[in-house]
Amino acid sequence: MNPNLKWKALFIFAVILFCIYFLFGYPVFPTSVAQVKDNFSKQIKLGLDLQGGTHLLLQVQIQEAIGQETDTTVDRLTTLLRAKNIHYDEVRRVDDTHILVRNLDPAQLSQFRDIYNAQFVTDWDMSAAAGNLNGYTWTLKTSAIARIQESTMTQSLETIDRRINALGLTEPTIQLHGRKDNEILVQLPGEGDPSRAMSVIQAGGQLELRLVEDPVPYASQAEALSRHGGVLPAGTEIVPGRSETRNPSGGVESAESWYVLTRLVVVSGRDLRSAVENRNANNPGMWQVNFTLSPEAARRFGPFTEQNKGRQMAIVLDHRVYSAPVINGRIDDSGLIEGNFSQESAHDLALVLRAGALPASIKYLEERTVGPSLGADSIRHGVQASILSLVVVMLFMLVYYRLSGGNAVLALILNLVILLAVLGLFGAVLTLPGIAGVILTIGMGVDSNVLVFERIREELRNGKSASAAVDAGFDKAFLTIIDTHVTTVVSAFFLFLFGTGPIRGFAITLTIGLIANVFTAIYVSKTIFQYHLTKMDRQAELSI
Amino acid sequence: MIELFKQPNIDWMGKAKYFFVLSGILLLAGWTSIFFKGGLRYGIDFKGGTNVDVRFAQAPDIDRLRSGLAAQGLGNTEIQSARDIANPNSNEVLIFVEGRGQDEQTLQASREKVLSALNATYGLSGSNKADFNSATLSSLAAVLTEKDPLVLSVNAADRYQQLSRKLLDYRDKNANGVLTNFDDLAKGDGVTPAVLAAVKNSYALGPFAIRNVEVVGPKVGAELRRQAIFVTLYALGGMLVYIAFRFEWVYGAAAVLAVFHDVLITLGFFSLLHFEISLTVIAALLTLVGYSMNDTIVIFDRIRENNRLLRKESFADVVNKSINQTLSRTILTSGLTFLTVLVLFLMGGQVLRAFSFALVVGIVVGTYSSFGIAAPLVVAWNRWRGQGAAAGPGPAAGNKARGSENVAGRLAPAGRR
Repeated sequence: MNPNLKWKALFIFAVILFCIYFLFGYPVFPTSVAQVKDNFSKQIKLGLDLQGGTHLLLQVQIQEAIGQETDTTVDRLTTLLRAKNIHYDEVRRVDDTHILVRNLDPAQLSQFRDIYNAQFVTDWDMSAAAGNLNGYTWTLKTSAIARIQESTMTQSLETIDRRINALGLTEPTIQLHGRKDNEILVQLPGEGDPSRAMSVIQAGGQLELRLVEDPVPYASQAEALSRHGGVLPAGTEIVPGRSETRNPSGGVESAESWYVLTRLVVVSGRDLRSAVENRNANNPGMWQVNFTLSPEAARRFGPFTEQNKGRQMAIVLDHRVYSAPVINGRIDDSGLIEGNFSQESAHDLALVLRAGALPASIKYLEERTVGPSLGADSIRHGVQASILSLVVVMLFMLVYYRLSGGNAVLALILNLVILLAVLGLFGAVLTLPGIAGVILTIGMGVDSNVLVFERIREELRNGKSASAAVDAGFDKAFLTIIDTHVTTVVSAFFLFLFGTGPIRGFAITLTIGLIANVFTAIYVSKTIFQYHLTKMDRQAELSI
Repeated sequence: MIELFKQPNIDWMGKAKYFFVLSGILLLAGWTSIFFKGGLRYGIDFKGGTNVDVRFAQAPDIDRLRSGLAAQGLGNTEIQSARDIANPNSNEVLIFVEGRGQDEQTLQASREKVLSALNATYGLSGSNKADFNSATLSSLAAVLTEKDPLVLSVNAADRYQQLSRKLLDYRDKNANGVLTNFDDLAKGDGVTPAVLAAVKNSYALGPFAIRNVEVVGPKVGAELRRQAIFVTLYALGGMLVYIAFRFEWVYGAAAVLAVFHDVLITLGFFSLLHFEISLTVIAALLTLVGYSMNDTIVIFDRIRENNRLLRKESFADVVNKSINQTLSRTILTSGLTFLTVLVLFLMGGQVLRAFSFALVVGIVVGTYSSFGIAAPLVVAWNRWRGQGAAAGPGPAAGNKARGSENVAGRLAPAGRR
């Protein structure tokens, strides 16, 4: 054997061995068939469509976070203006990114501008308000919006991640999605029923403890307003909730009601150190969530509760009053949330509180749940069909091209092995569209072999010797094969660049498959032919 | 040596007009159907909506299901049986709630409504046991760990987790997702009578299982539709540029037109035979684009080669010869690939049905368009350019035409030695 050929053969064997070892013998060297299977299923990860699981696409309502920033700025500004005794008619939020300040005292304009320059100039642009001589319009800067957007997304992603991990599901994926900057993709393989995960993800988790202004809750929003003559006292707002009253027979009746609360948040979810669900002591069968505050929050909360002994403290979760107990004495660091909780919902609420609040609410854009039996069905059918068609194709090649057909069969099998191994190396997942890529790869693999063999036959027909015909056949088919493959890879490149999810999966499998195919159908196949030619009698006919 | 064709000598270009007529008829038929049906039938991926796929243990009473759904306020629901030629005994039903003009929250609510309608109509009434057919791995493992039928002292949680996986695997793989008799579970290893009793104690068997739930909001639907179209156009553009670079721009244009023709005809067949266009179908269409392009390039490549060798022959003859020389390869490759996708179509199960249908049609059309559309387009272009340069019709014009065709051949980059 000539040395060149020997090195080629060695290289090919090395590639084959590596791929087979990676697919079947790694990470645990197998000693049983079950371990081989286990290794294989570790390397080749299946997509949710084949494995079963839930795919969720969520949209973070970033506008809300931006609006909140504007609200906070209005609050901060009014507090500052009051503190410095600057007179004005109105400071209000116009929309999510604009604030209007009306009729400042003309003598205090420069003082106002000083405040702006000292504290707000980095995030806000200031311009004269239209039609108001002593007024200003503030506009949130694009850079500030971008910053809020980014921090909202990071925070949402982290929060959702913590919540899902606390649920204890296997191998969840949580990542930013697509080119738009407000979408998050969550993939939960396995579990059949996603509704619990979905509600845990979506729960706002915003806990606030606030003082109750009026001791009695109102039956309607209008009633609360009219009690104050149509205008609420400064620094208060109306929040809906539920109130419980004992009826004469001793039962508890609950009704939708409205509370007037101070705007000031004494303690928020960020001040929590822990939250756990517990059985309600008075009413076993009902559940509650107990929480403890961080030491720093406790230092604030202790004096505060002492000062406001006898008043009611509302426990507000996601802008809804859950309960409004009377402060009986100094409370340092613990509290509880009562509501109509089952063990599961109390558990999930505690989990959400521990994981922290979402900076903005989220909306489900898309949900796909593939039940485990459907996934199993698809795999079984897909695998059976692929194996059957591969066998038919290979048999045909063997009959039609005789010994050379064996060459093609080997090339095809090798192509699949390399394709799977590289998929595994990249950590890519095999999905249904990925299988489409595999089918196209097999089609083009068969084609490459047929192209070469037909060329060799042509050359033989023209009277060339076996070895000259093989050389010429590979040579002439080479450019055709390169052209077809490059064209397809070029299109796959665009699919990868502009497509998402399933289309990308298709593009990846296809690209890997085609590169593997050039290797097997040309390099490997030609080496085998050459080896065969060196062993063969010069005058003998090529079996093709 | 087995050979399909000894020395084929078919005048393909002489039949070009029949090919054009045939393509015209196919396009017209398909697109008339699309027109009269008010557009293509998009799957949930592209139109949005709520889709619930349920498998029943026995053939369900569709009218009862419909009234159950109506009781939940879902009057405008499509109910479709998954039965077809390849799956005549399927008890699977697809419930689809239209998503047009509805926001994401409403869709999410209709998902809940479909599920509660199913539970109200077919669920386990009067039983306080959970439904085994909708049990999840974690819930089953929790129940078994609590009951501890094997009296395990070490690693109980892990081992019950494994056992639960086995039980659910049996349900999902062997019983197709709907178990009808608990005693079947005993066939699995590790399932002792005590385990079986514990399962029976905590669970009942509901008559259906949810196979698949899809809720696609209108925004995602529109976005996916837009993306599918653009991605296909970009891919075609990329191929056009590459072929133009390797051959001549007219080859690239002809190849892309031919592939475009294939996609249009396949879409027509989708409309004629009531298949839905989903995301996986787009993957299939892209596959067919790749396949058809491959086929066309093989012929173009031969034309380029022959153009250099056979300078005396007319361009049309060169094309004919090239197609004839590659005919064995064309028939072999297409035949084998066709066989592959046909098997997939017949055996691949319901999920792959529309996908493999696109390929079955696409491979045939894609192969045909290479010699029936792409090659004749290049010949027609060369003839038109030749005539444009000549003073008038006649033998002289013919010669001139031939002359300019050979220029095309010489202009092609020297790819071969």
